[in-house]
Amino acid sequence: MKKNTVEYRKQSILSDKIFKVGATIAGTFVLVMIALLVFQLVSESYPIWEEDGLSFIVGTDWNAVDGRESFGALPYIFGTLVTASLAMLIGVPLSIGIAMFISDAPPKIGGPLGFLVELLAAVPSVIYGLWGLLVFRLYFKDWVEQPLHDLFGDSIFLFSGTPFGLDILTASVILAIMIIPTVSAVSREVMKAVPQQQKEAAYMLGATKWEMFKLAVFPYSKTGLIGASILGLGRAVGETMAVTMLIGNATGIAAIPSSLFKPSQTMSSIIANEFVEASPASLHLPALIGVALVLLLIAIVINVIAHLLVTKMMKVKEGAINN
Amino acid sequence: MTTNERRQEYRTLFKQNVKNRLLVDKAVRIIVFACVIIAIIPLGSILVEVFKNGISAISYEFLTATPGSIGSGKGGIGPAIQGTLIIIGLSSLIGVPIGVMSGIYLSEYGDNKLARFIRFFNDVFMEFPSIVLGIFAFLVIVLILGHFSVWAGAFALSLIMFPIVARTTEESLKMVPITYREAGIALGLKKWVITFRIVISAAKSGMITGILLSVSRIGGETAPLIMTILGSSQFFSSMDVPMDALPLRIWRLSLLPYDSAQLQGWGSALVLIIIILGINLGVRYYFANKTGNGIMGRLIKQGVSNKK
Repeated sequence: MKKNTVEYRKQSILSDKIFKVGATIAGTFVLVMIALLVFQLVSESYPIWEEDGLSFIVGTDWNAVDGRESFGALPYIFGTLVTASLAMLIGVPLSIGIAMFISDAPPKIGGPLGFLVELLAAVPSVIYGLWGLLVFRLYFKDWVEQPLHDLFGDSIFLFSGTPFGLDILTASVILAIMIIPTVSAVSREVMKAVPQQQKEAAYMLGATKWEMFKLAVFPYSKTGLIGASILGLGRAVGETMAVTMLIGNATGIAAIPSSLFKPSQTMSSIIANEFVEASPASLHLPALIGVALVLLLIAIVINVIAHLLVTKMMKVKEGAINN
Repeated sequence: MTTNERRQEYRTLFKQNVKNRLLVDKAVRIIVFACVIIAIIPLGSILVEVFKNGISAISYEFLTATPGSIGSGKGGIGPAIQGTLIIIGLSSLIGVPIGVMSGIYLSEYGDNKLARFIRFFNDVFMEFPSIVLGIFAFLVIVLILGHFSVWAGAFALSLIMFPIVARTTEESLKMVPITYREAGIALGLKKWVITFRIVISAAKSGMITGILLSVSRIGGETAPLIMTILGSSQFFSSMDVPMDALPLRIWRLSLLPYDSAQLQGWGSALVLIIIILGINLGVRYYFANKTGNGIMGRLIKQGVSNKK
């Protein structure tokens, strides 16, 4: 009898060990994938770095025609950064407003409204693109871009060029709509982390609701709100389909953003547009993979910063509860 | 956060110009409310346009036939619907087991440095541009096989899927009380039996929610499919040839200058949005009713907002 128990224990330890090893392997899968991904991108884009070196990043020519090949990614890096920053500029204040409203409204109103805003996240990117292309662009061109052009077109370079609807501004506005659910949801979580006593203390001093936000909520949740915005920036940088369908797809030097009403190109959209046609034998494919590598590095940096900021904020929250 | 002197300062400040301050407060309230409205208008417009324009394209032929010649306005999106269902199934086949096991690791063995590292990179990986994952699948599968492959698409989408499943699984397992596990230990059960038979069955609903939400996320993905399954106008015949999917079809149709193509695009968008919002809303409605506004409800909402 005693012997049986011992055997059983041995056996159980073995099967549990297998279980633990299996779970650990699945857990480390993500790390393996990230390493493999970076390695693959680096090794497959190696020809372009060997050929052009750093001038691949600062170059502005983009020509895939045989014999006259030259590849410079600068316009697309610019395009991505400009559209994503514009999207943040438009989307973040809106999102923080939404988070303020929902965190403050009675649950019966705030709940459904918050739910609707979050539904924006469930709409597939390609449907944003279709809607932007066939509906939004037409209204936006007539009601926003044309008036802006008429008013400032001659004096401010940002508004020069003929508004056509397939340009940087349209793409940025669609991106802004797409990042609203992310930024507002995280902002709301972050604002929830502000201790109730802080808010009550502000009210007790006679603050109005807005002053309460200014005095108690914003200083406390600043880090988290910045993190939420950067998370939105990361989203905007990686977004592909909607941008591809709306940005007008210029290439080469023409894609450098010089006016809001000019077609441009982002890193992800140039990949989506040209990847299938690129021949693996030429430099075209390595160049596109090089663009993907740059995009990935930018996205990793942005997201690591964002996650560090948000986790830091949430740790503060745990500390506050324990105290 | 506020020192005594500053508190004194505020107190005197608040006594002054009450009227202006109330006015500012009211203005801010209106602005903040306007923000919500501005965000909801696009959602309403998208839904209205998709339904209004899409409904006239829907017919039995449209849903089942193969696409007609370009610009003819004939034919349908049968292969695309079939392809979307196939690709969702295959990616779940790869993504769900890995995600669940990874979630188990994070929750049951997750109290060490490696696990915290993994959790962090899992979150970062979730935000990787999906087109880069598509290129990765292209490099490791399509380029090596030498032809476009359904497996490459499924692999790319499973990479989007598994971090989501891992995190939702972790969160739901963590909510199972430790006493359940202790009861299992007291019965002399092995750890893996405890995990699979007790913990997972208690956390089932949360895990299913996470899986379905990740399905609704990958169902709408387009970018990684461009370079893996390419798109086609034939029904599925083998794993080694290009296949169609709804988002790809919508994209291709939107590039065509014909009215009939636009109409078909709207029709496809309607089908896609019904599938995706159907899963999404169904899951949220079902589990929100079940769990109310507790942690689970929050998790469900987060699950969606974290992944677009």
